[in-house]
Amino acid sequence: MSARKTTKGSFEDSLNRLEKIVESLEQGQVPLDDALKLYEEGIQLSKACAEKLKAAEMRIKKLAKNADGQFELQDLE
Amino acid sequence: MLGPERKILSVTEITRKIRIYLEETFPQVWIQGEISNCRRHTSGHLYFTLKDEAAQISAVMWQSNLESLLFKPEDGMKVIARGAITVYPPKGNYQIDVDKMQPVGIGELQLAFEKLKQKLAAEGLFDPRRRKPIPVYPENIGIITSESGAALHDMKSVLERRFPSIGVVVLPVRVQGPGSAEEIAQAIGDMNRYGRVDVIIVGRGGGSLEDLWAFNEEIVARAIHASRIPVVSAVGHEIDFTISDFVADLRAPTPSAAAELVVRDRAELLETLRNMCYTMQQTLTDRVNGCFNRVKSLVESYSFNRPKDYLREFVQTLDEFDRSLQLKFHHFVELTFQKHLNFSQRLESTNPRGVLKRGYTMVRHKGTVVTSSKKLEVGERAVIEFHDGEVPAKVER
Repeated sequence: MSARKTTKGSFEDSLNRLEKIVESLEQGQVPLDDALKLYEEGIQLSKACAEKLKAAEMRIKKLAKNADGQFELQDLE
Repeated sequence: MLGPERKILSVTEITRKIRIYLEETFPQVWIQGEISNCRRHTSGHLYFTLKDEAAQISAVMWQSNLESLLFKPEDGMKVIARGAITVYPPKGNYQIDVDKMQPVGIGELQLAFEKLKQKLAAEGLFDPRRRKPIPVYPENIGIITSESGAALHDMKSVLERRFPSIGVVVLPVRVQGPGSAEEIAQAIGDMNRYGRVDVIIVGRGGGSLEDLWAFNEEIVARAIHASRIPVVSAVGHEIDFTISDFVADLRAPTPSAAAELVVRDRAELLETLRNMCYTMQQTLTDRVNGCFNRVKSLVESYSFNRPKDYLREFVQTLDEFDRSLQLKFHHFVELTFQKHLNFSQRLESTNPRGVLKRGYTMVRHKGTVVTSSKKLEVGERAVIEFHDGEVPAKVER
């Protein structure tokens, strides 16, 4: 099952990509044109990451199985 | 002596009475003693004697009860045995039917713990190489614990403080009492089937060894081992170690610690992001400045100015070439002119009119040149041509 991927993708991947970008910019091996593109991408990524982090409310739910054996999320009392 | 009022019993009858009496009086007793004459029959049953300094009692443990035994009974071992007193009529002796037994000095739970630990270790369930990495930045966390316990409350407050932007999915289970191990194992399986969490924390708050026991059960250990999603075990206090701790991908000393281990601090992470942005900006600015300086120094460099020199040299060469070309052309023109001149002179010499200049004349009659005197009759008119003009003439004779 690849269900995990759906939650995994965004933040961690973004942050890893961002780290790579910072690293390659620091090494200074990429041509300037590419460096500018990387920089642009990096800024976008860091914005997206920061936005995620700033989401203030913790989403807390209870996992329950309904009559059909399907999972559903309920509010926690 | 024997009288008629005395009831005479057969051996079988008295043995039966004794048996009923003993079995009703001692349906379950705990006996402490030392094992001797221990032998395992080919049937699988275990026969031995329990003794102390002054007495002994025969004991038997049936094959079916032996399977639950957590140690291997041997002669000389001090044990506590639980069982019912029975009688074996063919030999006329009483014995204890042991259904449970444990060595003296070691608690049963402790024993079970050690036994399961050894078994699972031998199977490789504790192999650190089998541990799955805990995601560094989980976005959704699964928590398997009691809905009413302090553990859930503690974890919630840690998560809220450190990383509010996280999804938490709680799967409530009973964490102690009969059936709790099965519930926990089922919950771990369910959380995997649900799938949309990056890491699972399974645990409970502190309690007695018995309270924590579900986390020492094989079924829970196997469920943790089978989990595709990394599992953090968080049972009891720092000092409590459970089988779950050994088999989990990460052991947290307490539930609160599990929450701290699983999520980074948000403030820290934001700081990291800011630093990365700054680094990117800085390196790029340096880079652009560096490039600018490079271009500048190139423009000013000797090598860059060489082409200009080349150009100049080339222009000069071109000028020279042009000059020589002009010279050559003039020469050519002159030569051609000279040739032409010679030619025209030569041509001139063949022109009949050239002869006229030297004093000869030409006579024409009716447009044609008269080349013989016989061609003119007396009285006819002709034209005499000189080099500078002509005069009419008339033949007189």
